[in-house]
This record gives sequence, structure tokens and C-alpha cells, in this order.
Amino acid sequence: MSEPERSDLTKRLLELAEKFGQIELENVQVAVEELILQLQPTMATTTRGVAALQPPTAKAVDRLLEAEFVKPVEVYPGQVIEVQLGATRAEGGTRSVALRIGGSKVPPFYSFEGANPNKPAFAMDVFDMPLTLPKAVRAHYEGVMDDPAAWAKKCVREFNADIVSFNLISTDPGLKNTSVEDAAQTVRDVLKAVDVPVIIGGSGNKQKDPVVLEKAAEATHGERCLLNSVSTDTDYKRVVNAALEHGHLVVAFTPMDINNQKKLNRLLLDAGLPKDRLVIDPTTGALGYGIEYSISLLERMRLAALKGDPELQMPILSAASNAWGAREAWMKTEALGPREYRGPLWETVTGLATLMSGADLFMVSHPATVKVLKGLVDGLLGAGEVDQKIEDWITTIE
Amino acid sequence: MTEKATLLTVYKLLPQTNCGECGEVNCMTFASDLLERKKTVKECPPMVKDAKYKAQAVRLTELIAPPVREITLGIGDRAVKIGGKQVMYRHDLTYHNPTAIAIDVSDKLGDAEIIDRVDRAEKFQFMHIGESLRLDAIAVRAASGEAQRFAQAVALVAKTTPLPLILCSLDPAALRLAVEQKGVYERKPLLYAATKDNWKDVGALAKQYSCPIVAFSPGHLSVLKALAKTLREMGNDEIVLDPGFWTRGGLLKSSVENLEMLRRSAIQKEDKDLAYPIMAVPAVAWIGESPDPKAAAFRESCMASLLHTRFADIIIMHSLDVWALLPVVTLRQGVYTDPRRPVAVEAGLKTVGSPNEMSPVLLTSNFALTYYTVANDLEAMGVTCHLLVLNTEGLAVEASVAGGQFNAAGVKELVASSSVETKAKHRKLVIPGMAARLSGEIEELTKWDVMVGPKDSSQIKEYLDKFWNASKTQ
Repeated sequence: MSEPERSDLTKRLLELAEKFGQIELENVQVAVEELILQLQPTMATTTRGVAALQPPTAKAVDRLLEAEFVKPVEVYPGQVIEVQLGATRAEGGTRSVALRIGGSKVPPFYSFEGANPNKPAFAMDVFDMPLTLPKAVRAHYEGVMDDPAAWAKKCVREFNADIVSFNLISTDPGLKNTSVEDAAQTVRDVLKAVDVPVIIGGSGNKQKDPVVLEKAAEATHGERCLLNSVSTDTDYKRVVNAALEHGHLVVAFTPMDINNQKKLNRLLLDAGLPKDRLVIDPTTGALGYGIEYSISLLERMRLAALKGDPELQMPILSAASNAWGAREAWMKTEALGPREYRGPLWETVTGLATLMSGADLFMVSHPATVKVLKGLVDGLLGAGEVDQKIEDWITTIE
Repeated sequence: MTEKATLLTVYKLLPQTNCGECGEVNCMTFASDLLERKKTVKECPPMVKDAKYKAQAVRLTELIAPPVREITLGIGDRAVKIGGKQVMYRHDLTYHNPTAIAIDVSDKLGDAEIIDRVDRAEKFQFMHIGESLRLDAIAVRAASGEAQRFAQAVALVAKTTPLPLILCSLDPAALRLAVEQKGVYERKPLLYAATKDNWKDVGALAKQYSCPIVAFSPGHLSVLKALAKTLREMGNDEIVLDPGFWTRGGLLKSSVENLEMLRRSAIQKEDKDLAYPIMAVPAVAWIGESPDPKAAAFRESCMASLLHTRFADIIIMHSLDVWALLPVVTLRQGVYTDPRRPVAVEAGLKTVGSPNEMSPVLLTSNFALTYYTVANDLEAMGVTCHLLVLNTEGLAVEASVAGGQFNAAGVKELVASSSVETKAKHRKLVIPGMAARLSGEIEELTKWDVMVGPKDSSQIKEYLDKFWNASKTQ
């Protein structure tokens, strides 16, 4: 553009800038460079480019400018698969309640985009032998640790667990090496003691677990238990077959790797497991010791599911009780404050982090964790209206 | 309208001379670093020195500016940057500028109490994985309702601490009195807050003293947007958005929704009126008549933690209980760790201190968090040793023992391939307590005596004092 044109434009821009404090330059991209050079002597500061020229002093504005907020809603082509845990008498089991998890259509607690059909559910950990538990946890189970059925009952009746996560750790050859028959009997006892759905876990022994789970599946025919777990390097076919034959579900466990999780899921589906019988556990790292990997893993998986990736559309299981592996949860150190609060809070925050990232089912150890997280879920879903005036928080906090 | 920042658009604005003064091979690699926010435009020396690149530098800075504005609170060493967010999810790149945590101080407290509270906040420190986790700011509340008292309290806090200040009052006159105290406005305090009722006066005050300002509109996002737009029109560029945060019952739903909608509007919908850092006040968990302090602190801690997963750039907390703050600062550290940082460290033989041939040999996994925790513990406790780091494919000990990546054959291979057999004269290996079940197998394969160490590295010194010295004399 010619010199007079340019200086004329500059003048008009300066007037505009004074008047409105900002200049729209949508259609004059080419001129921007020159203009800045031209403007610089007068308009000393250019923040965020030319679209944000700041007047040097406060500008009188008479009334609040108009603005409309538009909800930034997205559309999701995919959906998480709905899975039912537990079977009632009518369905061939003996549970008085069956639970549904999954089915999500929008990201976790993005309520402005829609409602997800099922609430996250909470299972409490029960073991088939007394073990070393952190003091803050152990204190709640004194007297029942020798009796898994009583332990399970306590979790349901007193601590309001939705599900019992029963772990047959004594079957480990390095521990008691309990026989699969004896283990199956304890599972029967636990099923009889409670009427909620049950997760049946092994000891972590890769060779023995498939056999233990197979026998337990047989002993609980028709109950729609969740067999926990199979991985790429275990005899997963054996467990899948047992689940098919006796009407159960399977947990697919991978150690923090989205591609391995996809691979394992594919293997299980190829082995004939219906997709509504699969729950995935991509590993929950304790707060302070890897929780961030779990957060990102879960967020990626859930977004992938909603975008339509069929290999990641399974409900997600999160073992928040892994939090107790962190020393901050259990260690007696005065400098860190009382561990009776610190411990359950550590587990709660670990669970909260995966809850917000997409977990559908939780395994926890401390009664307070169940209570607080259930309350938070209700709150996040809008249940329990209470009055809380925050407008005057500056003066009303005591 | 806005040009997208891509490798090409960024490169086009660089000098394209490949001079290498920035330390990179060529301008294209520098462009890539700019996009990943590993470098800033100022790190291109020609663009800083040479006037002919000036306009390009301005355009480039604008082009790569993050969708959420970055704002600096306070001055000096403890100044803190908030916002500057680039992405919705940390896996999309990484989160920048960790959520600033401010502690509230009421002007109803006596001067001695104020000083004590401020001191505790300033000195709070928790070491975790080699990093010192701290609190970032002090929010002075005009709870007394008396402008004079508020101004005094603000002046006292300013004198007591170098931490950035947030001045909280909805009364413009009280805010003005406080800002005009000696040495206050120079500290670039954050003014809280402009509302639909007081924006004219508070906005003018912020502009006059070049202070960042919070727009507060609990529950009304259109009003919040109007406030931001108006404050900007008045000449305020450093704006923070507080959409209100309720902590109780079903009110939590809209608290969280609002945060999600605001950040998505800024990043995905490129709404310039909402492209500002977000503030939330979990301290509202303490509202009400004499709340149970433990229950309120527990609740507040959960809320503050939740906010780290929902885009908050600055929060105000009330509790100073260490047990309640720990999870919050720890979660923050995790969420703001660059996800591009490798999960694993290099396996092999490392040393802690200056070990000799009789120093203990310890074994751990190559999961970065495990390795740094163990290494930091050992250093902190003054342990001198050889540390064998096993390739567990970046998994922690417990998980890798369960998953099979931590196995006896791997340990054998590690012992053979490292120089440990020449560095240590003895043949005693301390393995993690979490790997106890592998002790027999490891002993068999390596022919070393295996000692099962503690499950947690914080207890290593105690363990070595008790068992290592004893074992040496055998």
C-alpha cells in the first residue's frame, strides 16, 4: 500500500484503538508487519499481537459489556460397554442385587454433555488369611481376619461395600499353598455370607492362579463373579473357558501399557469371551508413586472408547488400595501428621484421581475411603442438594 | 482468523539462516522446540539482536502463545506463574505451570497469629522424589469488614513474607486502601475480586496499579465472561476467572462442570474472552458454624486434589495440617510431571557416595519413581553403597515381581554384565523386601548370598546397621 494510504490507516487504527482498546485485523493479515512498525512509536506495548493493543490508562466503561456463554458440547460416536456384576436368583445366581457398571456416553462427570447410565461401584478387599495390613486399615478388621465370611459380611453391612473383592492369597505356594479345593470352599462360604456381587482374586502366582480361578468359577456357577485376573503371560484361555462355562466375568490386567491392554483385550475376545463380560485393569499407581501414569492412561483409554475404539470400550477397574504401598499412607512419622487421617486420605485421593479419569469400579481397603468416595460420586452427579452460600466466603470462613 | 501454529508456520517466521547460535542444528529443530515449549522466541539470538526480525518476533510470540494466558503473581524469587495452559489433557503434550496453592489469612486474627500462619505457609516443605514441594501464596481475607484493619493486615503480611499476595475483599474502598499500603502494589498482588456489582471500581484500581485481577461470578458463566470482557476493555490484561466452587452435596456437580466448560471453551473453542487462568477456592469447605476441623480438612484436601484433575490454575486453601496438604502437593507434582519423561532409568550398576569393595550391594528396579525414591533415600540417610538397577521395563518392584519382569534370570544377567563382581569383594546382595519370594532363585542363579531387605527404602539404613554389619563378621 502507498505511504498516504498507510498513514491514513494507521491514524484510523489509532483512533479505533483509543475508542475500543482493540483492533480487529481479520482481513488485513498482510499489513500486520508494517503496521506494527508504524504503530510502535505511539503504541508502545503490543501484547498478544495486534489484536490486543492496550490503551495506556484505564478506560471509562459505563456498563458491563454483553456476553453470552455457550456450552462447549462435543459429540461422541462411541460408548463404554455396560457390564453386569452378580446374578440374582431369577438370573441363575443367588445375589439379592446385581450391579451394572460402564455404559458411559460422555467423559467422567462432564454432566453438561449428558448423563452416564451407571454410577461407579466400590468393592472392599477381603483376604483368605490374616496378613500384614497397615495399622489404620487393620484396626477395622480386628476379630474377623481369621474368618473371610465374617470379614466380607462386615464390609457389606457395616461399611456399605457394593461388592466384595475376595482374594485367595493363601493359595500362593510361597505362603500356605492352600489347595484349589479348599480355596473353592472358602469362596462358597463368602458367597453365602453376603448377597452382593463378588470379585474373586488369586494370589498373583501366574502358574497357579488360572487353576485356582477355574475351580472357584466352578464352585460359584451362575453367580456372575468377576475373576481377577488374567494377563498375557498366564493361561488366560483356561480362565476364559471357566467364565464361559459357569457364567462369570474376567478382569484383564496389564501393567500400565495401553497397547498391551489392547492386545490382551483382543486375545480374550478372540478366545470367545463376550465383550460384556470383560473389565480391564490397566494398573493404578499409588499417589506419589505413579498415579500420574494411571491418570493419563485412563484419560486416553476413556477418550478412545468414546471416540469409538472397540478394543478399549470395557469398564475400568482401579485398585485404589495400591495407595497403601506408599510410605506416606502408613508410616508413623510425627512430621507428617497422624496416620489415622493421612492413610485413608491417601487412598481416597488415589481413588479420586482415577475416578475423575474414568474408572468405573474400585477396590479399596479403608472404610472411610468407601464412604467419602461414594459421597463424592453422589455429589458429582448432583445428588443431595444442600445449601452452601459461597458468595461471601471471604467473610464466612471461620 | 487465527493462523495455526504448525512446524511450517513457525519456521517461516524464524530467520531461516540455520546460524546455530541458539545451540540447535538448524531453524527447523528450533521451530520444533518452540512448538513443544522447550524453547522461547527470546532464545533465538538473531531475533533478539537484529531489529529487522522484530516484527517477526512479535508475530511469532503471538502465534505460539498458549490458548490460556500466562500470568505472573508477585515478584522476586517466590513469584509464581499461573495459567499458560496449552492442552486439555496432559497426554496431549504436558501441563505447564503447576497449580499455585495459596493459604488464606483472616484479618480478624491478631498480628502474632497472622505472622505465625504466614510463616508456617512460607516454610511448608515436603521432599518427594528429590523435589521440594511448597506452597505458593498468601490470600489475605477482609473478614473483619473494616477497611483499616484489612489494610493493616495486608501491610503486615507483605512485611512478613516474600510470597505473592492475594487481596480478598469485595469492597473496592478496602481493596484500594490495602493496595496503597507501603510496599504492597509493587508486589503485584492479585486483586480478588471484581464482581457484577463492583467491577467498575475494582477494575480501575487494578488498571491503575497494574495488578492482576480476579473476575468472580459464582454460577453465572455469561456474567463471568462479560466481566472478563469488560475488565479487558478497561485495560486490564491479567485476568483470572473464578466461576465459584461449591464443595457440598450435589452442588459439586456444577462446580466441576463449570471448570470443564471454561477450559474447553478456552482451548478447544478458542474463546478469547475466557482464555484466562482459573481460580477455585476449596477453602469454602470450612464455611459454616464451627466445622469439625478434621472433617473439614479432609474434605478440603479431597476438593483441592480434585481441582488438580479439573484445570484449576490457582486455589486457596484454609488448612495448614501437613497430613491434609501432603496429598494435594503430591498429586500436583504427579499431574505436572512431563509425561514425555521416560518411565524408566538406565539399568546397570550405580554408586551412592563413594563405596569401596566391602560396601553393601543393593538391588532395585529401573522404574524412574522407584529409582529416584531409593536413590534419594540412600543419599538423605548417608548410606554408601553399590546400587544394582534391574531392567524391569519401567515397572515398580511389586508390580514387576508380579508381572515377571523382575526375575532371577534378569538379576543373574545384571550381575554378570555389570562390573559389580570386581567392584565388590563380598558376595552379598540385598534385594527389595517386595521381591522376597525370589530370594531362593536369585541365590541359586547368581551364587551370591541373598539378604531380603526392607519393603520400603526409608528403612534401609536401619536395616543395614542391623544386618549388614553383622553379616560382615560372619
